[in-house]
Amino acid sequence: MRKPISTAMPSTDTTVFINARLVDPGSGFDQPGGLLVKDNVIADLGEHLRRNAPAGATVVDCRNNVLCPGLIDARVFTGEPGQEHRETLKTASHAAAAGGVTTIVVMPDTTPVIDQVALVDFIQRRARDNAIVNVHVMAAMTRDLKGEDMTEIGLLKRAGAIAFTNGKSSVANSRTMRQVLNYAKDFGALIVHHTEDPWLTGTGVMNSGEVSTRLGLPGVHKLAEAMMVERDVRLVEMTGGSYHAASITCAESLAVISAAKAKGLPVSCGVSINHLTLNENDIGPYRTFLKVRPPLRTEADREAMVAGLVAGEIDLIVSSHDPQDVDVKRQPFAEAGDGAIGLETLLAAALRLYHGEHIGLAPLLRAMTANPAKLLGLPGGRLEKGAPADLIVVDLGQPWVVDKAQLRSRSKNSPFDESKMQGRVLRTLVAGETVYEYGQVQR
Amino acid sequence: MTIIDTPATFARRHLLTCEGLKAGEITALLDLADKAADQNRQVHKKRDVLVGRTLINLFFEASTRTQSSFELAGKRLGADVMNMNVATSSVSKGETLIDTAVTLNAMRPDILVVRHHAAGAVELLAQKVDCHVINAGDGAHQHPTQALLDALTIRRAKGRIAGLTVAICGDVLHSRVARSNINVLNTMGARVRIIGPSTLLPSNADRLGAEVFTDMSKGLEDCDIVMMLRLQRERMSGSFVPSTREYYHFFGLDHEKLARAKPDALIMHPGPMNRGVEIASTIADHARSVIRDQVEMGVAVRMAVLEALARQLRND
Repeated sequence: MRKPISTAMPSTDTTVFINARLVDPGSGFDQPGGLLVKDNVIADLGEHLRRNAPAGATVVDCRNNVLCPGLIDARVFTGEPGQEHRETLKTASHAAAAGGVTTIVVMPDTTPVIDQVALVDFIQRRARDNAIVNVHVMAAMTRDLKGEDMTEIGLLKRAGAIAFTNGKSSVANSRTMRQVLNYAKDFGALIVHHTEDPWLTGTGVMNSGEVSTRLGLPGVHKLAEAMMVERDVRLVEMTGGSYHAASITCAESLAVISAAKAKGLPVSCGVSINHLTLNENDIGPYRTFLKVRPPLRTEADREAMVAGLVAGEIDLIVSSHDPQDVDVKRQPFAEAGDGAIGLETLLAAALRLYHGEHIGLAPLLRAMTANPAKLLGLPGGRLEKGAPADLIVVDLGQPWVVDKAQLRSRSKNSPFDESKMQGRVLRTLVAGETVYEYGQVQR
Repeated sequence: MTIIDTPATFARRHLLTCEGLKAGEITALLDLADKAADQNRQVHKKRDVLVGRTLINLFFEASTRTQSSFELAGKRLGADVMNMNVATSSVSKGETLIDTAVTLNAMRPDILVVRHHAAGAVELLAQKVDCHVINAGDGAHQHPTQALLDALTIRRAKGRIAGLTVAICGDVLHSRVARSNINVLNTMGARVRIIGPSTLLPSNADRLGAEVFTDMSKGLEDCDIVMMLRLQRERMSGSFVPSTREYYHFFGLDHEKLARAKPDALIMHPGPMNRGVEIASTIADHARSVIRDQVEMGVAVRMAVLEALARQLRND
């Protein structure tokens, strides 16, 4: 029996976005135009599609708002598996979609720790079935995140882990760090490290300085971070392994990274949105929602981070989204848990730097699109023919006030609660499918 | 006939290292060993080259095959062989290495065969005794008779050493076997490759005259000899290699990786093997495996070395 010859179906899932301000952060392209999505990818884009919709396509009028690649957030903590009351992959993905984040990279700090092939597979299957954005796994680089024995980096990478990290903790043992970098190099695996010397950090709960002195809280010196970055860079020099400092917070750390880059070492760094837009004064009267790791620093340090971003020395902006339940946060400051959610406010908070005229739109977005895509080897993050149709439509000017009751994350520990924002995601598409639309009830 | 007539040119007092051995010296030893190997296959295996001489096996580190191989070699040449069990000796009571050497020297042995866990220990001991010393393995430094027996095995199976490509795979960092083999094979004109994860490769290994690979499939491409090394258990749990499973996956010799080597490539292993860790069980028993030949050649090579040293023994 012969099968009937299939004829090309008239494409029903072709969508054209007209009247858009197309922004491709990687190339710096920023022009009015239109964009055609077909078969989950960007099929065409440019001025010629600004007002002309191909026949049969669904038309979305962007009303001159920005159409750019969806954000890639390279540092997201969830509670799945083990602490689903804080956050699941599903709830995190809904928060991400509402915030314009189309790809999240989840950290291995779960229960159990993601340090085995079967657990990478577990996350991938749970994400496939429940998440509405792309989810990638950053696996543990040491077993149980203990900082001692390395994990099966080769097999984990083969299973789909896109990088390796010790999550929220630093590997104090220089020898372990050396071996991990050395071993990971053979597999082309990137090591992403949280950089705080645990011995110098000790019991510190906020930045060491005038504010900690006034509040009577044990401080953490910023050089505890710079020293760890410095050690790591020396180990990179020794081994040739690829290294990314997950979240730096001060000029001293940045100087070490910049010097390493100038030497041609395979080194990069990220900064969290919190350290770009908040400082230790925001802690005010012991606001535990502003207790994060590494701690918020001084205004001068924040300015140094912005300058580093502008100069292109800081490669990534991450949310460091870390959901914590109320019980953990409603404690005396020193006893409260660390972490702040940030997926839903990442873009709006970052736009503060744009509206404040500290940085252009494309360079700002680059640190959340093209740069993480390149660093982690992901296909998205760019506005090009053939790229996945992971897209967002953003009204840069729309004002709004963060209301934690409206946030989609299962935990509400936002440091931006009640903050005024300017810039709102109107629509989020993942692989061509709309997963969020402003004002619409979520599926 | 007490001495086989050969063009031997090995005239050293000790055999401590393969570094600096000349091709002629190696060839002389291998030629002697070839004859010893033939002799070992006869019903009557004994000769009287070392009659009246004393050989002491001084092993500070446990060994089965090397110690028994030297013992057998000494006995087949007629020597009185004594095995010093260090675990119950004065060494375990706190005696220093040099005091042990001086004490043993006073007993007037003719040949000392020494294995020690510290690199350089055998050479140190050799400086303090009057007899001939054979290094049976010192730390991660040298194991000369292993490299010679490997060379003999290769030469007998392939008819030559020069021009062959030999891949040494696994824990090169901690391996005295690898270091000795790199020396001997290079001297004899082979092309040497070393293959392993970066965590198990010594620094500047290329400077020893070996091509370095961290991808085993690439490293095995067109090899004539695949020489596997033992991975010790304490190194498989995260400090050098994450797990035996991962190690086997990327650096264990299985049929898929072996297919990258030449179709007539030989498989070697100095033993003892970890089946399923560095070598698949079916590969260890493969038709092209010469692992058991290596053991046989071990006795022959050690007889050759003892015989070469015996020629220089004073008769006064």
